[in-house]
Amino acid sequence: MTSQYISWVTPNLDIYSRGRPTKMTESSSNKLLNGDSCHWTSNGKKSSKNGFVKSHGLFQEPQKYRRPREKNQNVTHNSSLYKKPFAESFEETPLLVAVLTYMGYGILTIFGYLRDFLRHWSIEKCHVAREKEEQKDFVPLYQDFENFYTRNLYMRIRDNWNRPICSVPGAKMDLVERVSHDYNWTFEHTGRVVKDVINMGSYNYLGFAENIGACANAAIEATEKYGVGVGSTRCEIGSLDIHEELEQLVARFLGVESSMAFGMGFATNSMNIPALTGKGCLILSDELNHASLVLGARLSGSTIRVFKHNNMQSLEKLLRDAIAHGQPRTHRPWKKILIVVEGIYSMEGSIVRLPEVVALKKRYKAYLYLDEAHSIGALGPNGRGVVDYFGLDPKDVDIMMGTFTKSFGAAGGYIGGKQELIDYLRRHSHSALYATSMSPPVVQQIITSMRIIMGEDGTTLGIDRIRQLSENTTYFRRELREMGFIIYGNEDSPVVPMMLYMPAKIGAFGREMLKRNIGTVVVGFPATPIIESRARFCISAAHTREMLDTALKATSEVGDLLQLKYSRRERPLPSLGWMAEESLLQD
Amino acid sequence: MNFKNLREYLSWLYYQYLLITGIYVLEPWEKSIFNSILFSAIAMVIYTSYVFVPIHVRLALEFFSKIIGSQPESTVALMN
Ligand SMILES: Cc1ncc(COP(=O)(O)O)c(C=O)c1O
Repeated sequence: MTSQYISWVTPNLDIYSRGRPTKMTESSSNKLLNGDSCHWTSNGKKSSKNGFVKSHGLFQEPQKYRRPREKNQNVTHNSSLYKKPFAESFEETPLLVAVLTYMGYGILTIFGYLRDFLRHWSIEKCHVAREKEEQKDFVPLYQDFENFYTRNLYMRIRDNWNRPICSVPGAKMDLVERVSHDYNWTFEHTGRVVKDVINMGSYNYLGFAENIGACANAAIEATEKYGVGVGSTRCEIGSLDIHEELEQLVARFLGVESSMAFGMGFATNSMNIPALTGKGCLILSDELNHASLVLGARLSGSTIRVFKHNNMQSLEKLLRDAIAHGQPRTHRPWKKILIVVEGIYSMEGSIVRLPEVVALKKRYKAYLYLDEAHSIGALGPNGRGVVDYFGLDPKDVDIMMGTFTKSFGAAGGYIGGKQELIDYLRRHSHSALYATSMSPPVVQQIITSMRIIMGEDGTTLGIDRIRQLSENTTYFRRELREMGFIIYGNEDSPVVPMMLYMPAKIGAFGREMLKRNIGTVVVGFPATPIIESRARFCISAAHTREMLDTALKATSEVGDLLQLKYSRRERPLPSLGWMAEESLLQD
Repeated sequence: MNFKNLREYLSWLYYQYLLITGIYVLEPWEKSIFNSILFSAIAMVIYTSYVFVPIHVRLALEFFSKIIGSQPESTVALMN
């Protein structure tokens, strides 16, 4: 096992051996660049020698003094690496909105302190967990800022979250109606059901969350044949023939040598990263990576350095520093360097700049861990994720991770890659050794839906769904933008975050949308930076044009009511009227 | 947005005020505390400016007219 794994252990440090970057001569930097097949300039043309001497990096820093309105207008850099335009935008927060948002949090914080004061002196009843009377001189267990935030801000608008659904979460769903008589401290079910709410929140990208149809039937058959529980781990007697079948299918779907499936996506990340890296290794992680990746990286005990979201200059700088300086104090080279990125970032709606990451990874001989939780199925002409979207070779990504929870309408996660990698993981990953294997109907659901996507069922249903999803995405994003909302992310990403900013609007948006029978997800701190609260729409192939239009109409209405159309891009003037004075607020 | 009458417009304005200050999420008694503090502060500002500003203006005028007292008479006459 160990000998097989040697190639994993030390990255080739040939760049280091050519001298420190600061001393690099013109000829060596040119040699380096000629070694690569592409030319790395921002306009795709070959630049003069001077340009390379000034910045040795693969990617040149953008000019410092320019402060554009967009946080990063990602279109221009390294366009030679992209086969099609890469349009991603993050419109800057309008200054007045930012100031008002902070003011709102300030006011709510003051009231939070007031309420805490009242609770402390037992003037009002305290509903939250607190120290027992006989333990009150101990170090407090229930006191920190998040707790303050939960108690005094989240509690007030808690009715927007954790809402029970009582049907299949497809394009439409039924909600359990609930009321609160004590301002969200407790809820009561009224026994009624809110019918046919349009679901704009589930990660049901390809619409495979169904209770009828081929997948559901296959899952029923599997249940009849195998039952639901397995009752053992994969390496004992929990390995069924359909597990093997699933893994072969996933490998074929991804275009990798081998793959392995796990019962839970979160555990796939948090248990497999520690199996891959350890002390003396370096993990370069995007700042917006999912909690499971962060947890995995922390559990591994490796050094973690964080680069700015999707910022290749930042990543390259970290890579260069890592190679030039090695480990802190000892200055030994790192055992391995693992870059951890996601395909689609679920809060930002941005797509990883994979061609550039792959170029960097190849140049600096690092390994790449790609989490395709949201992108698998949802991106690419064949639904095979970001690799397919950019037309790259799956072999360039060392570890392909993804989940079955989203596009496949099932549960679990996978890891795909080289045969040696998967063999290694089978013996060393905690979630392979200690977790009970996947339930058969779930496995069957994945197999059937994946076959449909691949077109192996002999129909074009899968490809139709993929096309429908991308059409819906383009339509929905375009309409929202034209209405004047600030939306984040890539044009092609089915995750559409729409900015709300102010704390009260988080609550108001969720409630107003539900009044119009649209279910949305609203997100605030800690999942986002404190002022960038947002609503998040997840587009699905199951949405029909009528549903999208209904949702858009409701969003527009609520947007007018709550004054959410912050965007200051060029667009047709809104109708004047009573609006005229109020629009001052939005500048 | 189109409003049918002034009342609807005013209630919309109040709603905006609730949202922007964040007191939309507060309980009614907290809302009234906030409103009464804010409005009494504003009322006080208006009242003090009503009471004191004319006095200060007059004092300032007197002060300046003293400074320019040495000027030809016509200017002083203009100041008065
Ligand atoms: C990027 C990413 N990785 C992993 C997961 C965890 O997957 P699962 O929900 O299957 O446990 C998620 C889930 O939201 C995710 O967004």
